Formats: sequence, C-alpha cells, structure tokens
Amino acid sequence: MSTIDRGRRQLIGFGAAAVAGIAIAPGVRLFEIAAAKAPGDPVSGKVRWGMLVDVNRCASDCSECVRACNRENRLSGATRETDSQWIRKIDIKDASSGRTCSLPMMCQHCAKPPCVDVCPTGASFKRADGIVLVDRHICIGCRYCMLACPYKARSFVHEALRDQSPEVPRGKGTVESCTLCVHRVDRGRQPACVEACAASGHEAIVFGNLNDPQSEIARRIASYPTTQVRADLRLDPGVRYQNL
Amino acid sequence: MKGRVLTRASSWSRGVALAGLLALGLAAAADTGNPPSRVPRPVVDAGQGDKCVANTDVMRRNHMRLLTHQRDETVHAGVRPRDTALEGCIACHASRKTGSVVGSDQNFCQGCHAYAAVKLDCFECHSSKAQLTSSAADDGKLAGAAQ
Repeated sequence: MSTIDRGRRQLIGFGAAAVAGIAIAPGVRLFEIAAAKAPGDPVSGKVRWGMLVDVNRCASDCSECVRACNRENRLSGATRETDSQWIRKIDIKDASSGRTCSLPMMCQHCAKPPCVDVCPTGASFKRADGIVLVDRHICIGCRYCMLACPYKARSFVHEALRDQSPEVPRGKGTVESCTLCVHRVDRGRQPACVEACAASGHEAIVFGNLNDPQSEIARRIASYPTTQVRADLRLDPGVRYQNL
Repeated sequence: MKGRVLTRASSWSRGVALAGLLALGLAAAADTGNPPSRVPRPVVDAGQGDKCVANTDVMRRNHMRLLTHQRDETVHAGVRPRDTALEGCIACHASRKTGSVVGSDQNFCQGCHAYAAVKLDCFECHSSKAQLTSSAADDGKLAGAAQ
C-alpha cells in the first residue's frame, strides 16, 4: 500500500466517523471518533468493548454463535477436554422455580482479570480498550490463567495445528480464549458470534462500546436490569446478561 | 635442523600455491564478472515481491527486528497496517507455484532460513499461505487483487 493510499483512506475514515457522530447527536462526536479507529491507530482507553446477551432471545436449540466462532477462528468444533472451545452454550435451570434458560458463555473480558494477575510472564494482558488477550509469543503454557479464570473460558492447545486463519494465529503449547474477534473489531466490524446471532434472527447479542452513553449497549444497560456472572467476585466483566 | 628446513620449504610451496589460486580466481572473476563463490547460494522464489517496505540489504539484516516490533504493536495496541504486517509480507512473498513462504527450500522464508540454518518457528502458529480473509479484504490493495 502506498503512503498516499493510506492517508486517503484514513481521511475518508475520519470523515465518515465525524459525519456519523454529527448525525447521532452533537454531544457524542468525540466518542464516535474514538470508536472508529483507523487500522493504523493504537487502541484507546476511551473505548471499552462489551457484550450484552439477552437470555430470553437465546434459543436452547441454537448454537449459531458457537459455529460462527469455530468457523472464524478455525477451531475444530470438537468438545473433548483437550479441544479448544472459545464459546459454549449452557442450559441452566432454576431448581426452585423450574425456569430454564440458555446462554452463551465465553471469556467475560473482565476489567480486573484474574488471568492477568496470575500470569508469570505477562502474556495474559488486557488491552487499553478492555479486551483480554493472550500474547502467544510470550505464553509459556503454564496454564495458571486457566485455573484462575472463574468462567472456565480458557483452553490450552495440546497438539500441533495446521491451516490456521491468517488473522487468528494459534499454536501448540499456548493458552487461548475468546478474543472478542479483535481482528474484526480493529477494522470496525462486529465479532463473528454477534453477526451470526443476528443472521439467525435471534439478535440476542449486542456488541458495543460500554463507555459511550449513546451506544445501544450502554443505553440498554442503563435502562434494564442486567447481570454480570459471579458479580460477587467484583471482576467487572465486560459481558453482561439480560433476563438471566 | 633438517625438520626446520623442510618446514620452511613447505611453507614456501604453500605460498606459491596460494598465489596461483588467487591469480586463477582473479582471472575467473574477470571472465564472468561475478566473484567466484565456494559455497552454493540459496535459490529463492521471492514471489511477486519486487518493491519492499525497505531496501533489500536492510530487510536481510533487520526483517526480524521489524517483525518483532510490528508484532508487539499489533498484539498489544491493535495497530494493523497492511504493509508491515506479517500477513502483508506473506501476501507479497508467497511462491507463485505453491502460494506459500515455507514448505520447500525454494520458498521465500524457508529457502534463506534453511541456508542460514536459523530455526523458523513463525509458521507453527501463523498461516504461511497468502490468503485473503473477509476482513483483510475490507482495506488495502488486497481488495483489488481479490476482484
């Protein structure tokens, strides 16, 4: 790519972001521009990405989000103990009322992630925009983070892999988990599970910037009661559940 | 005493032989225009890569530093430029025959690394093939190549 092309694209990107900001409301322009990051810009702490799952909309017999995740990140889709699962569907039942519900469970992208606290090498880290990742160049595969995670969200790659996605490098001897499709988010797209959920007609998952009061996710969290799983641990997860 | 004379004689003859070889070498160099090499050079298919992000000599010595720098920028700060990303290198340098930078000693990365006997472990995790993904197609020159 030539320098001129990149400059031009960034200019167009900023222009589009500015127009979007004005179109929604004059007061939110700054947030909108911060969220619309150009691919060459670093992530900003002004943004905090999060997800809201409406459990009433999530169907027990649907696993489109899991399939989309496996497809996007080229996971095998097998569910043995040694297979990587970045997102899984869980059916739960309230013992006293008998109410059942189904929900996807994945890395909750905590604001205070215990996996980061225990990592001896600094491989497990939280990005400025709240996405919790493993830097697999630094990961030594000790799996302390897997023990520390209360959501059982992380997997260890036990065997050598082939045919990885160019955008999602994965390899033997390292720990991995939901990346919130960071490669898509950095280019202004939504995570694969969110797109798949919408395409299936359920529209149970909303993805967005929790720090932007005008975003749909922030407005819904402000208007309706939502739950953070194991809120008693005070990890402040970025993934929230509605009607749980 | 006798041994000493012999030593002197043999060192003299070695010198003559060296001078002769040097003369031959110079003559050969003058003939072909290339310096004679006693070792085979790697035969590398550079793919479509004719214009890199830096000069060839800079890239030969420093590509690993550039890649490590970009790696940290990308993983930790989400900076994803098309040209200096590993994906961009592969897209340009993948062999036109196999579409990959490894797999054969003629392919770009493996060719040189096998020659220099330097272990190459990028591709245990990273894809070695030039592939177009949906989100990569959204930006940059690869979008044009896909159509």
